[in-house]
Amino acid sequence: MALSTERPSPRRVPQRPGDRIFSGFSTGAGVLILVALAGVAAFLLVEAWPSLTAPAEDISGGEGLVLYVWPLLFGTLISAVFALVIAAPLAVAIALFITYYAPRRLAQALGYLIDLLAAVPSIIYGLWGFQQLAPLTVDPTTWLSENLGFLPFFAGPPSATGRTMFVAIIVLAVMILPIITAVVREAFRQTPRLHEEASLALGATRWEMIRMAVLPFGRSSIVGASMLGLGRALGETMAVAIVLSVSGGVTFNLIGSGNPSTIAANIALQFPESTGLQVNTLIASGLVLFAITLVVNMAARAVINRRKEFSGAN
Amino acid sequence: MAKRIEVKDLDIYYDKFLAVQGVSMTIQPRSVTALIGPSGCGKSTFLRTLNRMHELVPGARVDGKVFMDDQDLYANGVDPVKVRSQIGMVFQRPNPFPTMSIYDNVAAGLKLNSKRLKRSELDDIVERSLRAANLWEEVKDRLPKPGSGLSGGQQQRLCIARAIAVQPDVLLMDEPCSALDPISTQAIEDLMLELKERYTIVIVTHNMQQAARVSDVTGFFNLRGVGQPGELVEIDETTKIFSTPSKKATEDYISGRFG
Repeated sequence: MALSTERPSPRRVPQRPGDRIFSGFSTGAGVLILVALAGVAAFLLVEAWPSLTAPAEDISGGEGLVLYVWPLLFGTLISAVFALVIAAPLAVAIALFITYYAPRRLAQALGYLIDLLAAVPSIIYGLWGFQQLAPLTVDPTTWLSENLGFLPFFAGPPSATGRTMFVAIIVLAVMILPIITAVVREAFRQTPRLHEEASLALGATRWEMIRMAVLPFGRSSIVGASMLGLGRALGETMAVAIVLSVSGGVTFNLIGSGNPSTIAANIALQFPESTGLQVNTLIASGLVLFAITLVVNMAARAVINRRKEFSGAN
Repeated sequence: MAKRIEVKDLDIYYDKFLAVQGVSMTIQPRSVTALIGPSGCGKSTFLRTLNRMHELVPGARVDGKVFMDDQDLYANGVDPVKVRSQIGMVFQRPNPFPTMSIYDNVAAGLKLNSKRLKRSELDDIVERSLRAANLWEEVKDRLPKPGSGLSGGQQQRLCIARAIAVQPDVLLMDEPCSALDPISTQAIEDLMLELKERYTIVIVTHNMQQAARVSDVTGFFNLRGVGQPGELVEIDETTKIFSTPSKKATEDYISGRFG
């Protein structure tokens, strides 16, 4: 047989109906997600358009769209980011405790409890924050403003009702804690035994083993879970709407009575009484939230991909 | 460096199940001791008691004595973490840390127990260890690349480099070539013969030719029966085990008339 440089003609592979149906089905599901996303984006853009083009004095507040959305965006970001800063390390610690330190029985019970917490509706957290937590924080925040008042976060004067950004952040942190913990715990559980033994056999203590084998292995899951939690905190509506007493603009003071609202809570509170251009303005703020969420998710993906070749997936 | 191991009447348990019974042996320094035997006879379990890895399995424990030179490894107050740092181990499947570079994999053991080393010292040890593992020429230009990008045989030599970087007294190898092709296997076997100049090496292997090729002393483990504990049938110079073993069971096993 002579050697030939021609490409061999592609062989006809018999197609099975099951393969075709399944591939069609999964392709359809994939396309559906894109269609839904595009639909949401298109809706937001179209509905927000009048407010984007309207003269500044017609927008609620009378100072234009940017100045209307900015305090809301600020409130959204500061509440979500601080909630994540509190929740993420705690979640990793809890996940480590459950997977590596707790006795098996306790670990199991804790695991169930965490999953249960993740299923509690956000309005319940909101009520708890408003009824229970807010009054309880009045004394501590007074102490914080007296002793740590030099930090901008605790500048004071403290709110008398406790319905502050501080409480909203704590409620958000409690809300996103279970979901982050659940995802991270699952990742830690899948750390290959082989890698744990590799580090232990080198003479690693348990903590060193965790640092060497477990945390690096779970790194992308930690980032992913944090973004999931951040996404939830950014979009959380009811809990914030109930807890936060809104009256202020942009401030880093977390314990005062004048707090910026968040985009989602503001939409929920204002929407029923809005008409015409006000509705378009609210939807424009929703568009901003949508964009922020997308950016956060893409940033998370970039962080994970940056060290892809070290992920162990190859 | 290169210490002698002495095992006296060692019984090994998983919970209440007696897995291995009554092992006594002396492992000479600067030699290769091979442990052979059928699957499930407890030779890997026994190997893991030598660096106290066995007890990591919940409920696992041992009864008896293991001495490394004069140090009783199972005496009260002996820290298993310390024991493991003195006794290196290479596993059946190559297990470099996937999240670390080749360089960091070799340096991993050195960074433990908060030892502080200068960068230049670390560089020296990494190079020396990789050279000793016959891997330096192949990886010297890609030390910052992930260890998981190497071939299986290279990964296993990387694991050996990682184990010897901390200058252990003893090197345990649990079927180190069972996942490798013949050429990589040969490379590891050659390496063992070099390393035994400086280390005490104990290797578990399913491959009798390998035991015959690399070891000075061979121990044969067997099960007395189903559900019975494994035991050390005999241990002797490799040439003697493979020519004139003193026990019938050994002869049956090495000549393939097993069971």
